[in-house]
Amino acid sequence: MRVFARLFSLLRDPRWYQVIVLSLLLGFGILILDFGIHWQNAIAIFTTAQVTQLVGARFIARVPFDPLSALITSCSLTLLLRTDLISLAMFAAIIAIGSKFLVRVRGKHVFNPANVALVSLMLLSDDAWVSSGQWGSATIGALALACLGFLVLTRARRAETTIAFIAAYGLLLLVRALWLGDPLSIPLHQLQNGALLIFAFFMISDPKTSPNSPVGRIAFGALVASVAYSIQFVFYEPNGPILALIMSAPFVPLIDAISRGQLYRWEQPAAGSASQFKGVY
Amino acid sequence: MKFIITATVAMLTIAISTTAQAFCGFYVARADTSLFNSASQVVLVRDDDRTVITMANDFQGEVEDFAVVIPVPTFIEREQINVADRALVEHLDAYTAPRLVEYHDPDPCSRYELKSMAMDSAHPRSAQVLEESVGRSRGVTIEASYTVGEYDILILSAEESSGLIEWLDENDYRIPKGAEAVVDSYLKQDMRFFVAKVNLKEQAKLGYSYLRPLQVAYESNKFMLPIRLGTLNANGKQELYVYALTRTGRVETTNYRTVKLPTDTEVPEFVQAEFSEFYRAMFEKQTLKEKERGVFLEYAWDMAWCDPCAADPLSSDELRQLGVFWVDGSQGGRIGNGGQAQNVFVTRLHVRYDKDHFPEDLMFQETGDRQNYQGRYVIRHPWKGNSSCDASAYKAAVKERQEREAQTLANLTGWDIDDIRGKIDYIDGVVPEPGDAPWWKRLWQ
Repeated sequence: MRVFARLFSLLRDPRWYQVIVLSLLLGFGILILDFGIHWQNAIAIFTTAQVTQLVGARFIARVPFDPLSALITSCSLTLLLRTDLISLAMFAAIIAIGSKFLVRVRGKHVFNPANVALVSLMLLSDDAWVSSGQWGSATIGALALACLGFLVLTRARRAETTIAFIAAYGLLLLVRALWLGDPLSIPLHQLQNGALLIFAFFMISDPKTSPNSPVGRIAFGALVASVAYSIQFVFYEPNGPILALIMSAPFVPLIDAISRGQLYRWEQPAAGSASQFKGVY
Repeated sequence: MKFIITATVAMLTIAISTTAQAFCGFYVARADTSLFNSASQVVLVRDDDRTVITMANDFQGEVEDFAVVIPVPTFIEREQINVADRALVEHLDAYTAPRLVEYHDPDPCSRYELKSMAMDSAHPRSAQVLEESVGRSRGVTIEASYTVGEYDILILSAEESSGLIEWLDENDYRIPKGAEAVVDSYLKQDMRFFVAKVNLKEQAKLGYSYLRPLQVAYESNKFMLPIRLGTLNANGKQELYVYALTRTGRVETTNYRTVKLPTDTEVPEFVQAEFSEFYRAMFEKQTLKEKERGVFLEYAWDMAWCDPCAADPLSSDELRQLGVFWVDGSQGGRIGNGGQAQNVFVTRLHVRYDKDHFPEDLMFQETGDRQNYQGRYVIRHPWKGNSSCDASAYKAAVKERQEREAQTLANLTGWDIDDIRGKIDYIDGVVPEPGDAPWWKRLWQ
């Protein structure tokens, strides 16, 4: 019984679900879809991320080492980043985890770790890219199910950002299709994008980098969606959502200042027990 | 009355109704002689926003009956249209074609010889024309009208689709159902159109019996190919080859999955004689596996070399003519195997598309991937000479290999394993009985 109790208390941290779902997606991508993830890159990213987390926790933030968030960032990076150079993969992990410790406003890190790493590398190097079409629409059903499952399992805690993003992005695509007189199969096809779903469910949803209040999160989700839409369909550049998130991130402290709410903690402590962590990274 | 009878990539083809029948029927009749029918080839040169697109259509018919309406992502002027030599596209096709490589086993008692053979993927090529009517129709201004090579080019500045459609109607062209909606959508996305038709006098003067590919150079942040017009005619699936020439690396689609075709596999010896059939069957099976929504990578290579070479890499001069503006064409001359760096990366994509499975235009991105990839299939000829030693171990190994090749071929193509076995020249002369396979292998065939 104790084992179950322990397991149950562990699973209260939604990050475990995230790790499980992302690992499954990673396994599926590498083994079945064969979409160009080098296992050497995966190892380089996972290892470098943990080492950076350890160094950051011990020497910069001076908090206990917690491997979980870095694990999730590693999963997202491995899923989305494509490069033929291991050194770039390692650099990505350093930027991702390093940014959490170095770029902070009012006790929160500003940028989503995986997101800032992806964008930095895309801007700095020709040798890194994101393959947004590689999930294909054939497997989209299974992917959507995994994402929705994640929402259900985590009881949709702080899911407003995801929901607002998808709703706003979908609406913009629909309005565009109606204005152009395009068949609805076009916006539907545009939404059936694996990278878009991973972004919406596992990146933008990050409670640590989204606004503290529900209203703020809805506004943030809609903001990211509008910027992403503009990048993709006004400027015709790929990777709209990923670029949009980094551009919108600086608005989070502003939204927090206007609309106050609770700072997010991964593990909600039981009533009465003191929080173990000084700050959760 | 004329009809638009097909629209290939980036083109809306217009022809007289009688040609329309002959055109569709023609492809059915040619199914065995050309590798893929209704094939269009597009060379897409891209660096930053600068794009040069070369379109080779495989329309076969009376050129005077034919015209193309071509959407381009931005407004273009006269100097931006050119006519290319068809041999350039053919050379690029040959250089990037999937290849069959053969090896001869050495005397098991005592080297190998390598010969490569490119798949003959030459497609029947095109001819096309339209009626003269320059002028102003509702909503359509003929911005410019001039002759480039054997083509008369009309640049249309339509503000709304109804104008363009009416203009086509007034000039006796009938367009397929649904074209107006697509044209309208394109116009709202700031795309523009031009019409090209064959000038028979010029063509006779130039002495071409076929139509040469049209080229357009433009600057646009849209890295895409408009394929929607091509899906309007209900004449089945369209075959499209895109050869992307870029500076950095491989090109892939961002809104469809880009899939590498199976490569580097050993197949039975008889495939040499049936390479086209093999490739067609394999491609068919792979498209079905991807639920008919895949874009297939057939070649990705640095243009400076090849191994094995299906054809020589293109010379700087040829690349320049195809629009690779960053290459200095003055050097001329061919670049041999392992020659100088060209700073050109070629990606060959093969798409079989229709409206249901490809509702959206193809959107591309250039990646940093410079890993070489080629469709390469290997046949190994067993040693048939006299052996001076006991070669039984070698023969057993060959027999096993031949069976493995049969299984691989069946998996790749979906061909019947027993038919395959029947065509293999087994080293011991014994064809494995159908019963030799485990019972479950035949269960769900």
